[in-house]
Amino acid sequence: METIPLSYYLVLSGILFVCGVLGFLIKRNIITIFMSIELMLNGVNLSFVAFAAQWHSLSGQIFVFFVMVVAAAEAAVGLAIIIAVYRTRETLNVDQVNLLKL
Amino acid sequence: MLHLLLFLFFGVICVAGAINLLAQSHPINSALSLIVVMASLAAEYLLLGAEFVAAVQVIVYAGAIMVLFIFVIMLLNAGTEEHTKGSRVAIIFGVPGVLIGAVLVAWTLLYRSNTSQVAIGAMPGGPYVIAQLLFRRFLLPFEITSVLILIAIMGAVVLTSRPDAVAKRHDTETPEPLPELVGAGKEH
Repeated sequence: METIPLSYYLVLSGILFVCGVLGFLIKRNIITIFMSIELMLNGVNLSFVAFAAQWHSLSGQIFVFFVMVVAAAEAAVGLAIIIAVYRTRETLNVDQVNLLKL
Repeated sequence: MLHLLLFLFFGVICVAGAINLLAQSHPINSALSLIVVMASLAAEYLLLGAEFVAAVQVIVYAGAIMVLFIFVIMLLNAGTEEHTKGSRVAIIFGVPGVLIGAVLVAWTLLYRSNTSQVAIGAMPGGPYVIAQLLFRRFLLPFEITSVLILIAIMGAVVLTSRPDAVAKRHDTETPEPLPELVGAGKEH
């Protein structure tokens, strides 16, 4: 059976996480920033599954499910917050959302 | 060889989608490239043998969550992003810093860590074994996540309900007689 080093998966996961951090820092649209957070969560999920394969333990895959549940809850609440912000500010640019209270 | 080729194929698609997410200025293009990233990540999970995680990744992440994102983008009619001027310090120090950090992490992982070799489908990750773990050993966390989901649903409903709509609902709880109805009552 052909094998490859597990560290390749970890490097891919690190690249995805760094892309997410970069997007979080340089993007100015609040929805795109939110998508960058999802990208970071995906990178972490890949390293969970990779380490599960290394230690021959399925707990890593169970944790991926919990991360997905938290991501779904976060997406629901976060997008609701975005809608509420858009209603009061009429903008999605985070530079113009500089006050928590209007 | 086959494993490496498949890994590289889906890995390149994955990274290209992630970079495209950063490069696009319209949020709908970013959302579509994020779907590409998630779909190719599902293929990577399949290579590691996590079949059920791959299926859930496609159904929940690429399906449900991204539909929610695209729904909000279209609901809010999000246009092209306005660029703000980046700070010079970030470009001078940040970009080399990120590059050096990424190279260090990759070098450490590739040559200084004793990670094992994996074959295609090395792990048993089918629904049966996952369910055995999830409903026995991790039953309590699983039940707690249902409470979390419930709270998230209620939070989303509370956050998106308009304040004037809430006020109107309070008004109808203590109804005052409308003028037309009062007039209609006098005619009888």
